[in-house]
Amino acid sequence: MATSPDDQKYKLFTRRAGLISGGMLVLTSGLIGRLYYLQVVGQDQYKLLADKNRISFRLLAPERGKILDRNGYGLAINRTDYRVNIIPEQTDNVEKTLEALNLILPISERQKRKILRAVKRQRAFLPVTVAENLDWETFARVNINIPDLPGIQPDMGITRFYPEKDLLAHIVGYVSSVNVQEIGEDPLLELPGFKIGKNGMERILDRRLRGKAGNSRVEVNVMGRVIRELSRQDSVAGDTLNLTIDRDIQKFTADRVRDESAAVVVMDVHSGEILALTSTPAFDPNDFNLGISQKKYDVLLNDARKPLINKTVQGEYPPGSTFKMIVALAALEAGVIDANEKIFCNSKYQIGNSTKHCWKRRGHGAVSMVEAIAGSCDVYFYEIAGRVGIDRIHDMAARFGLGNKFGIAIPGERKGLNPSKGWKMANRGQRWQGGDTANVGIGQGDVLVTPLQLCVMMARLVNGGRAVMPKILLSDQETASEEPEVIAYNRRNMDIVLQGMSAVINKPIGVAFAQRMRQKDMSFGGKTGSAQVRRISKKERDVRVRKNEEKPWVERDHALFVGFGPLENPRYAISVIVEHGGGGATKAAPIARDVLEFMFGKDKQKSASVALKQEDNT
Amino acid sequence: MVIGLQGRRRSKSVFQKLSELNFLIVIVVIMIAGVGFALLYSVAGGAVDPWAKKQVIRFVIGMVGMVVIALIDIRVWMFLAYPFYFLSLMLLVFVSVMGHTGMGATRWINLGFMNLQPSELMKIALVLALARYYHCLAKEETGKYMRLIMPVFLIGAPAVLVLLQPDLGTALLIIIGGLSILFCGGVRLWIFVVGFIAMIPTAFGAWNYMKPYQQKRVLTFLNPERDPLGAGYHSIQAKIAVGSGGVYGKGFIQGSQSQLNFLPEKHTDFIFTVLAEEFGLMGGLGLLGLYIILLGYALIISMSVRSQFGRLLSFGIAVTFFLYMFINVAMNLGMVPVVGVPLPLVSYGGSAMLTLLVGIGFVLCVAIHRDTSISRGGAFA
Repeated sequence: MATSPDDQKYKLFTRRAGLISGGMLVLTSGLIGRLYYLQVVGQDQYKLLADKNRISFRLLAPERGKILDRNGYGLAINRTDYRVNIIPEQTDNVEKTLEALNLILPISERQKRKILRAVKRQRAFLPVTVAENLDWETFARVNINIPDLPGIQPDMGITRFYPEKDLLAHIVGYVSSVNVQEIGEDPLLELPGFKIGKNGMERILDRRLRGKAGNSRVEVNVMGRVIRELSRQDSVAGDTLNLTIDRDIQKFTADRVRDESAAVVVMDVHSGEILALTSTPAFDPNDFNLGISQKKYDVLLNDARKPLINKTVQGEYPPGSTFKMIVALAALEAGVIDANEKIFCNSKYQIGNSTKHCWKRRGHGAVSMVEAIAGSCDVYFYEIAGRVGIDRIHDMAARFGLGNKFGIAIPGERKGLNPSKGWKMANRGQRWQGGDTANVGIGQGDVLVTPLQLCVMMARLVNGGRAVMPKILLSDQETASEEPEVIAYNRRNMDIVLQGMSAVINKPIGVAFAQRMRQKDMSFGGKTGSAQVRRISKKERDVRVRKNEEKPWVERDHALFVGFGPLENPRYAISVIVEHGGGGATKAAPIARDVLEFMFGKDKQKSASVALKQEDNT
Repeated sequence: MVIGLQGRRRSKSVFQKLSELNFLIVIVVIMIAGVGFALLYSVAGGAVDPWAKKQVIRFVIGMVGMVVIALIDIRVWMFLAYPFYFLSLMLLVFVSVMGHTGMGATRWINLGFMNLQPSELMKIALVLALARYYHCLAKEETGKYMRLIMPVFLIGAPAVLVLLQPDLGTALLIIIGGLSILFCGGVRLWIFVVGFIAMIPTAFGAWNYMKPYQQKRVLTFLNPERDPLGAGYHSIQAKIAVGSGGVYGKGFIQGSQSQLNFLPEKHTDFIFTVLAEEFGLMGGLGLLGLYIILLGYALIISMSVRSQFGRLLSFGIAVTFFLYMFINVAMNLGMVPVVGVPLPLVSYGGSAMLTLLVGIGFVLCVAIHRDTSISRGGAFA
């Protein structure tokens, strides 16, 4: 049997089949080894990779903090935006659904084509926006008809809204889409549709308003569809900011100067709280929020009245005669003049070999300090400025807040210019001249101020000598400052200055006597100013000084007024600048008067209602 | 000298044969298929539709076929070996021609209840034909070169047809499976050595002949990270699934890779990754263990059979089965390029299931008729 051919075949087969079986065993061991390598040695690495596949982080956008006025009136709020989406996979026929929707909510052919294109491009489970910014009624009607609208999903989004439109545009600013350069460490900025502050308070306090992102860890499948939420951390809404602004005063002020290129600042003289801060013309921040068209933007940009500039803090103007209180106080404090000393004004003042002029061509005659302030006599101030010198004027101006920034939470604040000998040498390389001092004495020459600085100056003049700082955020811990510094001066000297400011309005000799308040128990004081934009040449003066109305708009004087009220125990300070408005007495003072009158009326109403309440309680 | 079944020695009755059926093999087959049902249930997200139910039905039909094949006299099969091969070859030609006459590149014939892939049938038919051929050769004949012509044709014809489809995986299965029978049938060793050396230039030729997508698959296999979202995606995602399964797995219907569709073709070619992800190393080793038991039995049977036909048949089927299993698992584990080879008895699909059950039916048949001697002359000589 051992030698039969069949047996030989069998032996050969067994040998070779054994060999192959051995090979198969080796290969199978290879599989087992590989399995061990992947599942035991590499399991941590692969588990990580599997989680990376599976888990997707979704940022949850926080609600942006609101900006309110001092009484809780909404200035920048978040408005619910009603929209309607379609989820293609939830309907058999997108077109049919849209047709059904068309009966409730008209959809144009163009829109329809756009929607259908988006439906084709996107994954079927992602919503496509059909219509947005719907009013509540339409939205409600869609909701009611949902059973007949397969695939339609009513949705609510949130958009920033500025209900007061242009009223506070410069203060509040606006939000807009994030630029690539702005993307930083905060992942929120990369969220589609996320908006950040681009101007005003929205920009400066963006971090506080923005809030903190929440996140949601979701499990997604290979198509990116969310299967379930694994964990969630809710977002933290941004801080609500209360401004010191009183929306009613702001509104009144803005309406009063609506047609001018003007700036008005109203402030509480004791707390420094800004009650109104108006710069006209302005713009509608809602336009920027939604993305302004180039055409619209160009119109704003090319307007000579500069609606994009916040004139209250960015506009630098010569203060003109509104600067005279600083000069007067500096002179009185230095003792270079007695308040009763009369100086004769014949409208001309010789300094070195040049002649300076008073605005009143006939001259004021002999004037004391009160009369000089009331009549705004330039010759008087040329004289006392010369006596006291630029150094002391510079110091006094600085103590009243001129020439420096306050660091208020409004962007673009300028510091103006409070000139000094050192400044002139450093910037012009020239020595300070007597003529320079004379110019500064009447608020012309090099001195420049912002309307906000003028208002602060006014507040510090009338509040009993405290260096209040302007505040735009109400009772805010971060900006809450300690008791303001005391400005040291002789009370009697300040009384003279205040008398002068009262006389401007309330005495017949005052330049703005016509603008006094006619109502009983209402009063105010202040100082007018007319700032020359263009130097009056010798030749022009010889012929005839043109009246403002005769000049082209851009060459007319700026009309200024700083004021306070009431006369007894002043509470409010106001500064008004009407660009190229002409005379301060005729143009700016009435504005201040009307605003103050409005505020007094408001206060009266308030105390009346408080009294009424007290009566009710007793 | 052809004699009918009722011939001189009526070997065993049907009941006798049934009782001699190797029930251990049957049980292991059911267990492996059971793993498949469970995985198909899982990848459907815990549902019998669309795969598990159909697979069970096919399996039951296949099991009946398997037992019927096992019970029929082995000499009948030997007699039918060449006709069966011829039929398979014709079907293969038929689908190739259909593919070339613009009816679309089909690899299968629709039988109504299932799509039959002739290339699957061919795997069994080739084993039968080669087993018969070597059974009928005398020992000294096997070494002769002239005796190589027929087997090379038997292997070459279907291999070329399948390659033209083009189905590289199946072609390789046919060639390697066929060569293993030649090897055990007694072809001289040095011919294999020479043949292997001759393969090298052929391989280069094949590279040039390959379709771009096949070339890409090979390249991607060599470096899957080369194109992580393209052709390498399958390999990478499969490895992640297997690796993240760890030792004990993520649990039934808990595999994130498979449940969230990161795995491609998870119900067919990549079903092993589902097992490895949801049941871990334990699950993987368990299934491999079942395969080892099944193959071990088939090999033991082939070594304890009296007829050369029976030996080569059983052995050839075992090798084919092993090749399916090895190539598929190795592909799932990122060890070989992605080729379309199913995991035997587990992957969803009718043709492969049928082929494998028919093959196992032949192994059982060989086991039952292990003592039947068949003369060299022919089936009923």
